[in-house]
Amino acid sequence: MNKLFSTVAIAAIGIAASLGTASARDQIRIVGSSTVYPFTTAVAENFGKTSGMKTPVVESTGTGGGMKLFCEGVGEKFPDATNASRAIKKSEFADCNKNGVKDIVEILVGFDGLTVAQAKAGIPLKLSRKNFFLALAKEVPGADGKLVANPYKNWSEIDPSLPNEKIEVLGPPPTSGTRDSMHELFMEAGALEIPALKELKGKDAKAFEAVWKSLREDGAYVEAGENDNVIVQKLEANPKAFGVFGYSFLEENASKLAGVPIDGVVPTFETISDGTYKPSRELYVYIKKAHVGVIPGLDKFAAEYVSDTASGEEGYLSEKGLVPLPAERHAEAAKAVLAMETINGDKLK
Amino acid sequence: MTDITISNGIPVTDYPRDALVKKRYRAERRFKFYGIAAIILTALFLSVVLLDVLFKGLPAFSEYRVDLKVTADQAALDPQNTRDPVTLLAGNYDKIIRDALAAQFPDVSTRAERRALNGLLSSGASDDFRRMISGNPSLIGQEVTVPVLLSDDADQFLKGYQTSEIVLEGTGTLSQTLNGETYSLRSTGDDFAKAFQEMQGFLFERLEKLTTESARLEKLIPGLDANAASSLQSQIDAIKAEAQTLNARITDANVAIELDEKLPSLLVNVNGGTIKASQISPSGIDGVKLITPASAEAAAPGSWSMLTLVTPESNRRVQDQAAIWLTKMKSEGLVERAFATRFFTSGDSREPELAGIRGALTGTLWTLAVTLLLCLPLGVGAAIYLEEFAPKNRVTEIIEININNLAAVPSIVFGLLGLAMFLNFFDLPRSAPLVGGLVLALLVMPTIIIASRAALRSVPPSIKEAALGVGASHQQAIFHHVLPLAMPGIMTGTIIGMAHALGETAPLLMIGMVAFIVDIPGGITDASTVLPVQIYLWSDLPEVAFQAKTAAAILVLLVFLFVMNAAAIMLRRRFERRW
Repeated sequence: MNKLFSTVAIAAIGIAASLGTASARDQIRIVGSSTVYPFTTAVAENFGKTSGMKTPVVESTGTGGGMKLFCEGVGEKFPDATNASRAIKKSEFADCNKNGVKDIVEILVGFDGLTVAQAKAGIPLKLSRKNFFLALAKEVPGADGKLVANPYKNWSEIDPSLPNEKIEVLGPPPTSGTRDSMHELFMEAGALEIPALKELKGKDAKAFEAVWKSLREDGAYVEAGENDNVIVQKLEANPKAFGVFGYSFLEENASKLAGVPIDGVVPTFETISDGTYKPSRELYVYIKKAHVGVIPGLDKFAAEYVSDTASGEEGYLSEKGLVPLPAERHAEAAKAVLAMETINGDKLK
Repeated sequence: MTDITISNGIPVTDYPRDALVKKRYRAERRFKFYGIAAIILTALFLSVVLLDVLFKGLPAFSEYRVDLKVTADQAALDPQNTRDPVTLLAGNYDKIIRDALAAQFPDVSTRAERRALNGLLSSGASDDFRRMISGNPSLIGQEVTVPVLLSDDADQFLKGYQTSEIVLEGTGTLSQTLNGETYSLRSTGDDFAKAFQEMQGFLFERLEKLTTESARLEKLIPGLDANAASSLQSQIDAIKAEAQTLNARITDANVAIELDEKLPSLLVNVNGGTIKASQISPSGIDGVKLITPASAEAAAPGSWSMLTLVTPESNRRVQDQAAIWLTKMKSEGLVERAFATRFFTSGDSREPELAGIRGALTGTLWTLAVTLLLCLPLGVGAAIYLEEFAPKNRVTEIIEININNLAAVPSIVFGLLGLAMFLNFFDLPRSAPLVGGLVLALLVMPTIIIASRAALRSVPPSIKEAALGVGASHQQAIFHHVLPLAMPGIMTGTIIGMAHALGETAPLLMIGMVAFIVDIPGGITDASTVLPVQIYLWSDLPEVAFQAKTAAAILVLLVFLFVMNAAAIMLRRRFERRW
């Protein structure tokens, strides 16, 4: 059994040796949102191919988890950049500052439209955000304006012009950034169109928030898991159901799914880009300025991200489903990034 | 019982307890039936899953390439004629390949058309060519045939996932007249009349949907208040207007139908060219060329054909023009389907056609190596001590209970432990197989300890006693006699534990191994990922082609698991001794 001991010894020496030689990091590390992941990875791969440097490692941790890791500190132990499917919050910025991450450069990447989709075989639906809210909120204003448990079973009960079918919407679980966007872009906006709730917002903002942040739990809203492809497959199997996910999945599955017009606007590349399709969000990547020059290639990576070939109007990211910024805004954003302008904490929400 | 029956002289069937016996037999038969039903159901589910994965995954093992004849032009690849490896890598291979492709289609002239044509190729199309030349620089200046990888959309189209195709041979003589940009095709047969009827069918279907919808809405109006009714009425009017225009398009059987991108595409192949119909009437079509026909002569029956791409163009990622280019190259034998070795030799990529599992496989091997090196000696050592040397007291009892409990702890907990201990406290690198291996070692350690103890216990005590009897020390008795006999059992337990570790993703999420990593890890501190994580990441990407990759990676993982479990069974069969 001497052999066994010698194996252990060799292993221990090997591990110790490899730790000793672990030198300064020469590879960019990025964490954050799974929504931005498909785009950042494409940029990372291209950067690795064209720069001759190591391809950056991109982790998919979710926006909130990414921010936490990103704000933990400065140094090669900590990630250099984080993906976010929303702007950084004031609280997160304060957390960053506390840990010494003071200068943060923001890359506005582009838009992602949040779409409601259905199988091509189903009866085409036209939705307003108000009706979306009424279909899925846990509590809705009753006849006297007081909140009651959501009574609607079929779409036609909300609005007679909608089909006489059971309400069934498949969407992301609470852990997903897409779910946050769904609440903000659909539920909150929809709730504000109802006079009784608008009044409530003026009187009791917290109670109002609770209304648009609660979804019904009686089977009308089905949590389909983090994986948007699962929703796509379920919609194909059930033409009466509707699904909520990012525009890139709708574009990729255009042969099977149709986008539901929201407030009369069909989600397309053009309507999201020019802002006529309302439920869309901005996607960001945040970079630590303190790491520029320390981690090789970080500034070049940022430059690649804002270049016309990547996030420009006909860049390769648009082929991956990203809706690019209008040309002027893109030029502006690119200029700010190339100059490494840092964000101002006072302007955050 | 038998005795009693006979001595009483009562026949067996009449004996009062007979009903009970029958009931017992029935119960047994029922139980057997439940057992068989359970097995059949399990087998059914399992085979459905396996067949589904197999069916989805197999296409990912092949890829479409176009064989292009190119001249390895010295000016583009090695202008200074140095044959320097670095210069050779930086050569403009893309241009050579794109020019060669454009040479196949002399029609293609505008920039937009060139772009569309280049879009057929993968963004890594020149990789194979580059490898070919830098591996053998003497090819420069010569004409070579290069397999060029097609893009994922083109690949999906050729594999038949984008649309179904209907090909009809022309039965009449086809004449063409060119008027400006518009080609007018007329057949002496009834080819176009049939196609016309088919298109009418599609439009009727659409019209019917609109009429039922407006009828349904109209029924709702009486029960509404004025406000809602008027908003609904305007919606109905819009639908009716749409229905009316649609109706106008189809009422007259002789009026031509405009073909838009929401209808199936009708393409006519004639004299080596292709015309796309933009208008169809029973007598013929008017359309634009996608590929210019070689001559304007009339085509005899059978020498021309009609191709219908059933999925409307607006719903496809491959447009008609690209579809025709691909179909033409396929009919000329330029496009070939080949085994995708790339899938096993390259790392992850955001382009489905370039993505491979080598990075994940290497990462898995490094991670499992660390796990094995750690948990085998530690686990077996702990088992030997606990089984043979440890005193039986409160402390060892508590340790034992804890080991058993540890085996049932959810794996994500080990990930959190790994994050807190190895990353934050010991400062080990993130996403590294070293940390992954350490975490998985913690995870499978209890399994190995429990299996090893069971194996040690199953060696008959007489062997140890005999060794002790001839004067061996306790340690000698264990290491020279008991352990070798217990080894097959220990190995089986270890392999099953490793197979368990192979399938884990949850603990790796916390330590950063769920990540996009292109470079293939060269050691245990390089960033890497593992097979199950790769499966999870691919399954979440929007590109349809990644679904096939996901299934293919699952197949590889299953083969891996199968080999490991088969090894465990083999070891047990070969070396296990029974007393």
